[in-house]
Amino acid sequence: MGSVTATVAPPIGRNIIPWFRTFAAITGSGFRRYSTYRQATVAGAFTNTVFGFLRCYVLLAVAAGAGGVAAGYSPAQLATFVWVGQGLLAVVLLWRWTDLADRIRTGEVASDLLRPVHPVVSYLATDLGRAGYALLTRFLPPVLTGLLFFDLVLPSRWQTVPLFVLSVGLAVVICFGCRFLVNATAYWLYDARGAMILWTLSSGVLAGLYFPLRFLPDWAAVPLWLATPFPSLLQTPLDVLVERDGAGIQAGMVGVQVLWAGLILLACRRVQRRAERKLVVQGG
Amino acid sequence: MAEWAHGRSRLPAYLALLRGQARSQASYRTSFVVDLVSNVGATVLDVLTVLVLFRVTRELGGFDRTEAMVMVGLSSAAFATADLAVGNVDGLRQYVRTGLFDAVLVRPLGALPQLLLMDLPLRKTSRAVFGIGVLVVALATAELSWTPARVALAVLTPLAGVVFFGAIFVATASLSFWWIDSGEVGAAFTYGGRDFTTYPMTVYSGWFRAVFAYGMGFGFVAYYPALALLGRADPLGLPQWVGWVAPAVALPVAAVAATVWRLGVRHYRSTGS
Repeated sequence: MGSVTATVAPPIGRNIIPWFRTFAAITGSGFRRYSTYRQATVAGAFTNTVFGFLRCYVLLAVAAGAGGVAAGYSPAQLATFVWVGQGLLAVVLLWRWTDLADRIRTGEVASDLLRPVHPVVSYLATDLGRAGYALLTRFLPPVLTGLLFFDLVLPSRWQTVPLFVLSVGLAVVICFGCRFLVNATAYWLYDARGAMILWTLSSGVLAGLYFPLRFLPDWAAVPLWLATPFPSLLQTPLDVLVERDGAGIQAGMVGVQVLWAGLILLACRRVQRRAERKLVVQGG
Repeated sequence: MAEWAHGRSRLPAYLALLRGQARSQASYRTSFVVDLVSNVGATVLDVLTVLVLFRVTRELGGFDRTEAMVMVGLSSAAFATADLAVGNVDGLRQYVRTGLFDAVLVRPLGALPQLLLMDLPLRKTSRAVFGIGVLVVALATAELSWTPARVALAVLTPLAGVVFFGAIFVATASLSFWWIDSGEVGAAFTYGGRDFTTYPMTVYSGWFRAVFAYGMGFGFVAYYPALALLGRADPLGLPQWVGWVAPAVALPVAAVAATVWRLGVRHYRSTGS
């Protein structure tokens, strides 16, 4: 079959079925790998739930202080925003992914390059498996807790649920891409810690975790939305779910996510390509 | 070695540990500066978040911005300083998991001070300085009617807050003696506690407020002292003197944390093979 390295992609055009099978197998192994961290899952879900209470009360107080509606959100919409947001946090996994950077530093990444699967594809497949497991274990506990203790909104338009599902999927892909790029700085810097800290700081606040981005003035929110991938990570799926905007804007925001997903994956591919030319595996 | 075991002569050993840390961290100068700058970031964002919320509403839980900022200042000065001094006790998990804690125990120095000094995150100094700065600015803009008692309270409250948050850090980290993968649970009470104390307690309600504010004592870190400083009555109905004695809550919390720590160390059984 000619070349078996990642840099020279094997011809996928003719044989798409094995490609999908490989992808599905890697996704499955990602799911299984993360399903072994059971205690960490319980601990994480507990913490998300506590933060759900904290943020929810604060935003409800903001709505009460603003006379019922805060920046276009009703109290029930805000509560939904917070609780579903706490659930999604672990699904898109904003933080604490250093797999690639660690492997670059130790040189283990060399074995990734020997496999006949493109590294971006195999890491993405693993991440989708991880996200699937998180959807079952990390998404439901906070959302159910929120439902139990607060008034949440249920979608009223038929297209909201499929759009939300699509939006979450895109958010996972975009977030994976961002994390991959941040980790990939280790190819050049050997230690990705600086980039990582910068990412941790900016992603939380710019993705809408600390407060809905609509709380910002338009001159800040609109460019943020279009020119950076951050709102596509959390804010967009949440706004889609709580139906903050009309049907047109709702679909348009998911369209922006599609663009960002494509752009980011392309960027990952290019960066990986460049890195492979540059990479010198340390050690003997 | 043996004479170290006697009381105050341990001090030079601790100082040597601290000096070694400072030297090793400052030797990578660029990355140390990057760390200093990025560590301010987290606290800056917390404060910005509060300001953004006040863009949307004029009052939060019955308090306006200048009043709320006093609580933000008390909370972030205390938390950031505690995080600098004690926050890295979080790393205990790794020591317990790998069995490295053995090495800490066999040395003739206290286990806790060693853990703290072996990896003192000097990069967090910037965060503590910023937190204290927020407090100073908040107190200055709140136009308080200063009395000697208020000055004393304004100084004592963040100090007690440091002890309080430090105790929470130690207590939650000690969990890993029993439950190694407890990592994120600790964050619910350390970072969660910081979030709780950042806002006027009136925004929370029900059993959740009761547990955090009175059960664990977080209400006395910033909210009640701030009421006393501002000269406001408690909307929740506790008498005014509560704010004046609130800093004392750090003592029982520290005692509990010390007990949990000791029980944990006694429970520690190292790792196999």
